[in-house]
Amino acid sequence: MKKILLAGVALGVMTTCAFAADKVVKVGVLTDGSGPYADVGGVGSQLAAQLAIDESGLAAKGWKVELVYADHLNKVDVGTSIAREWFDQGKADVIVDTLNSGVALAVGQIVKDKNKVFLNSGAASSDLTGKACTPNQIHWTYDTYALANGTGKAMTKAGGDTWYFITADYAFGKALERDTTAVVAANGGKVVGNVYAPLNNADFSSQLLQAQSSKAKVIGLANAGGDSANAIKQAAEFGITQGGQKLAALLIFLSDVNALGLPVAQGLEFTVTYYWDLNDDTRAFADRFSQKSKAHAKPTMVQAGVYSSVLHYLKAVDALGSPTDGAAVVAKMKATPTDDQAFGKGSIREDGRKIHPAYLLQVKTPAESKYPWDYAKVIATIPADEAFRPLSQSECPLVKK
Amino acid sequence: MIPLLGISTQALFGQLLLGLINGAFYAMLSLGLAVIFGMLNIVNFAHGALYMVGAFAAWFLLTYFHIGYWPALILAPLGVALFGMVIERTMLKRLAGLDHIYGLLLTFGLALIIQGVFQNQFGASGQPYPLPEQLKGGTNLGFMYLPTYRAWAVVFSLCVCLFTWFMIEKTRLGSVLRAATENPELTRAFGINVPRLITLTYGFGVGLAALAGVLAAPIYQVRPLMGADFIIVVFAVVVIGGMGSILGAIGAGFMLGIVEGLTKVFYPQAANIVVFVIMVAVLLVKPTGLFGKKL
Repeated sequence: MKKILLAGVALGVMTTCAFAADKVVKVGVLTDGSGPYADVGGVGSQLAAQLAIDESGLAAKGWKVELVYADHLNKVDVGTSIAREWFDQGKADVIVDTLNSGVALAVGQIVKDKNKVFLNSGAASSDLTGKACTPNQIHWTYDTYALANGTGKAMTKAGGDTWYFITADYAFGKALERDTTAVVAANGGKVVGNVYAPLNNADFSSQLLQAQSSKAKVIGLANAGGDSANAIKQAAEFGITQGGQKLAALLIFLSDVNALGLPVAQGLEFTVTYYWDLNDDTRAFADRFSQKSKAHAKPTMVQAGVYSSVLHYLKAVDALGSPTDGAAVVAKMKATPTDDQAFGKGSIREDGRKIHPAYLLQVKTPAESKYPWDYAKVIATIPADEAFRPLSQSECPLVKK
Repeated sequence: MIPLLGISTQALFGQLLLGLINGAFYAMLSLGLAVIFGMLNIVNFAHGALYMVGAFAAWFLLTYFHIGYWPALILAPLGVALFGMVIERTMLKRLAGLDHIYGLLLTFGLALIIQGVFQNQFGASGQPYPLPEQLKGGTNLGFMYLPTYRAWAVVFSLCVCLFTWFMIEKTRLGSVLRAATENPELTRAFGINVPRLITLTYGFGVGLAALAGVLAAPIYQVRPLMGADFIIVVFAVVVIGGMGSILGAIGAGFMLGIVEGLTKVFYPQAANIVVFVIMVAVLLVKPTGLFGKKL
């Protein structure tokens, strides 16, 4: 009898402890911290998450918000083992960013199995809201469909009706090529060929030469980060644009423009969902970010997406009172309209797609650039309801048809 | 034009030429490694990092001192060579006579530190470096458009390679150097300062890496990991050519550049492993490498 009583007391103590601990939420930033995408996300994503935590006001409501950070090295096995470790050892309730589609697709499945939350900002593959969608994940910032629909459509409509792709040889590059091919075909163009290049490729001369001899009017670069920077730099060297061919850099981040410099990058058209210099709100967020960032860099759209997604996540967790049931948190996030300085008002669809406008930008000439980080001008705005893949085309099993 | 193996001869010539150009970079880097290994018996894993430092040195000179490409081609390698000599004097010297693995681990650690510092300071995406005015533009060769800068890079590195080979194999300085490697005590008995010779040789090898870095700056993005991506391939090149063989490093560098170029046409996905496949094959058939002396 005494033993049972003691056990009861012990149990009571344990549950009270558990209740007290429930006011804790742990955010895990998993990103490319040292590879070709490190400036797109990296420590900047960590900073963005920290800003969101600081501004969420959760601390004042008695919450303890913890932040962990890890580099997945662009390796699927590294990324998945970090995700498992974080969940199994109770270090994270939510994983954000995950720049790299290969890693993101694998982490998404683990998150679903463990019923946690996955807020993807960095990875691009539209499969994350297509056949790989889960009730535990939200694809926040952009995706390959939006990129194709922005840059791809604009270039095809402007007369670029034959395309040749230089594609990063993994999940992301292939998804981007596939989605752009569909857009090109839908707008009356056709694809005449493609060539693959490995991730982290330094020399694109061979691929560029093949693209050049294909005589396609547009050379689509289905790669990102350091890879597209190198390809663009070398395309200029090989006289691609003087030869009458146009370069379509399908995924360019602000950090790439900064790294290339305006003399090389000028005139490039690219699609983003966040640019720091769009309006007073985006500038206000960018200022807070750059005050704390290395070399006072302005945020990329991926870092802005990390900020925005963490902010919205914390709102939902606060409303529910607990981060434990990942699917419930995501359901709550979907039910609540989003609103923040980086992306303005928006919403989250049933397939996990965050909806907001996209912008077709053009890199300014050195003469047009008036102040630091004044790199691009908006040439078209794609409204929120047109920017992403319509639900009617979705392969996501969560979408009821 | 006659199609050959599914691609036109035009495209084939183009790829061969590009392979030659990439081979020039492999040759320059593997040459420095071969000199250092041949003369000092050090497997210099910091070579890729020093190549990157060379490219960054050119960028520093341009950005902070407005010193252009041509002076940088001399100043940057000299500066990096000096840095290399400090490394040799303060660290590598203490490992003389120990197993190769110690030198390898030390230089590998150095490479990680140098890359880490640069990455922390300049970010991962790197810095732009413009093409020098005189080498802008290009020529249409009929089968391909050849940028003037690439033509310059291949000619220049070929000259550097031949000059180095000549200096080491055909001059008195070279013979003293080889004697110092073969039998340091005896060479010292002839009144030659062997430690100084070794320091200078390391500096020279490192300077070659930095020179390749400056040469690469206008075509590749100047970024902290540019050497890390390269160095593994370059090591494979040295192994294929034969560890320590000067001519082997040069020959294998150009040859593998061409093989890699061809792979990019026929099966692009294999382009970044073809060098290693060849390395495995060479090691199985001729463990000392294609041009290596008997162990």
